[in-house]
Amino acid sequence: MRFLRQHGWVAGLFALFVVLFILTKIIQPGYGAGDFGSLVRAVLPYAFVVAAQTVVVIAGGIDLSVASMMALTSVTAASMMAGASEEYALFVVPFVLALGFALGALNGILIVVTRVPDIVVTLATLFMLQGAALLVLGAPGGGAAEWLKNLIIGTVPLPGIPDGLTTWIPKALVLMVVLLCIVWIPLMRSRLGLSIYAIGSNQLAAFRSGVPVARTKILAYAIAGLFGAMGGLSLTMSTGIGAPIPGPYLLASVAAVVLGGVALGGGKGGLLGPIVAVFVLRLVRTDLTLLAIDPNVTAIVEGTIMVAVVMFGAFIVMRSRSS
Amino acid sequence: MSIIATASPTVPLGRRVKRFMGDYPLVPLLILLVLLVVVLQIMQPGIVNQRWIANTVKFAIPLALLAGCQTMTMLTGGIDLSVGTVATMAAFIVATQGVDNPAPVAMLIALIPALLVGFANGIGVGVFRVHPLIMTLGTSLIGVGCLQVYQRTVIGSGAKVPDFLIWLGTGVTWGFPNALLLFIPVAALLIFIQKRTGFGRLLYAVGDNERATRLSGVQYWQVILALYMFSSVLAGIMGLLYMGLIRAPSLSLAEPLVLPSVAAAVIGGTSIFGGRGGYTGTIVGALILTVLTTLLTILQMPEGARRILFGAIVLLVTAAYLRIIEDR
Repeated sequence: MRFLRQHGWVAGLFALFVVLFILTKIIQPGYGAGDFGSLVRAVLPYAFVVAAQTVVVIAGGIDLSVASMMALTSVTAASMMAGASEEYALFVVPFVLALGFALGALNGILIVVTRVPDIVVTLATLFMLQGAALLVLGAPGGGAAEWLKNLIIGTVPLPGIPDGLTTWIPKALVLMVVLLCIVWIPLMRSRLGLSIYAIGSNQLAAFRSGVPVARTKILAYAIAGLFGAMGGLSLTMSTGIGAPIPGPYLLASVAAVVLGGVALGGGKGGLLGPIVAVFVLRLVRTDLTLLAIDPNVTAIVEGTIMVAVVMFGAFIVMRSRSS
Repeated sequence: MSIIATASPTVPLGRRVKRFMGDYPLVPLLILLVLLVVVLQIMQPGIVNQRWIANTVKFAIPLALLAGCQTMTMLTGGIDLSVGTVATMAAFIVATQGVDNPAPVAMLIALIPALLVGFANGIGVGVFRVHPLIMTLGTSLIGVGCLQVYQRTVIGSGAKVPDFLIWLGTGVTWGFPNALLLFIPVAALLIFIQKRTGFGRLLYAVGDNERATRLSGVQYWQVILALYMFSSVLAGIMGLLYMGLIRAPSLSLAEPLVLPSVAAAVIGGTSIFGGRGGYTGTIVGALILTVLTTLLTILQMPEGARRILFGAIVLLVTAAYLRIIEDR
């Protein structure tokens, strides 16, 4: 019971996901492991960008530049790997991740130094990163190493587990879980993770309890940059090229963060909720496509779901506060 | 005794200038605007003439109108990101409905979705207490979807922009852009609302201390509902004007102006957390951004470098401005 109360929102989301999945199976009896694999591949960049937004929102900020960060890291990777050898990509990947980390840290430093609100600073860096992406690559192009592309294609053969089950574990899912856990779990176990929640829930109280607010904020944005770079790399992986125009990821990231039960304003929530929320949002899109509904109507339905769920969530918070 | 008389001048000049600028926050903005124009004139001698000014004003007006929506909502600590979609909807609908209907009817039809979006925003933010950023992003997503579906239904009928809007958007009379006929009353109305009406005072009050305002008996949701509907209608009117200026209907017409409109309001000294600011600063902010865009275009840099500079300057100006008005 206590577990349910603490994780009620995430559990509800997960139930919603299961219901949607059953619905998908009813709509399209042939929906199988292969389709699930492509769903996960579609979710991959969203998952990383949502993770980026989650860290920053928990720390009490908001990062409008995530989508541009993805675009910049994606084109950087694509243009460096174009025509280069397979081994060279081994150097490109850490370089791009470091680039994302550094640019994210720059976001944080600008916020701390200029004392301008987060939303305005990241709005300005949105333009800057977008511009940088255009300078790196004027039009969609570049390339990606084969092994990198293969990382997200196919499934993982696990010894001892029947074939029927492993077909439901696409490589992309494993990659997503591993990368998110590598960063997230140590972060949450560390002092830094605690500090991030602390500055998000009450910056002044955190400062007075000796939390290094400036450093924590910079690191939160840097980690967001790192996740953004992962998102950019996953874009390059799945398309094989880099595109300098940011996709619809900013909106999606904010939507999924809120749907996932992370309070805008900071200090509450975790990573699991937003990730499940991304799956729900993508699966809704798949369902609507399977139902042969006009893709434009899909946008309306998605928006309505988002608004309705957020209103419902706000309503519940209001009720629980007044009682 | 002469020591006392000269006591005040011994305050360092920089300090005094700073205090003066802090007392009159509009002054540093105007200085920056003039500075930008001077730089422009130096880089391309002779460019600054009556025609150029008219043109700059013409392009600054739509931005200033959208930034007006942001100023109003920011005063309460909110933000309205649906303005781009609302303006685009109004513009697209007026162009397509203009084929079969007389212009005034088309314009009225075009403003209906603006009202609806504003109503939804107001209910979401005011009654359900959803964060304005999320609510307006959500409604703009729905709006874009509806617009695309609508586009399907009118794709065969073509588009016609009412002549009146073209006259208003692009026309110049005696050296003054006709758009000023719309803008001056709207700007006067906005400033009047903010400075002289009870509603304006409520906006500042809500943004400054929402709890205290509620405890003083203000119906929060009514204020917010009225505010967001007003903001949406203003965005719709801007869409009509912008349609007349651009004359080519598209599904992302006003979208590129949304983030600059936030920037214009912030540069103009309106606090994004609410309770402080005003529309006069925003107008200057919009002018600064427009001149800046011209300047960057003249530099003939690649598009990418221009965007980097744009972002950097917006950040720099905001940071400097915050320093000036905060360190009193």
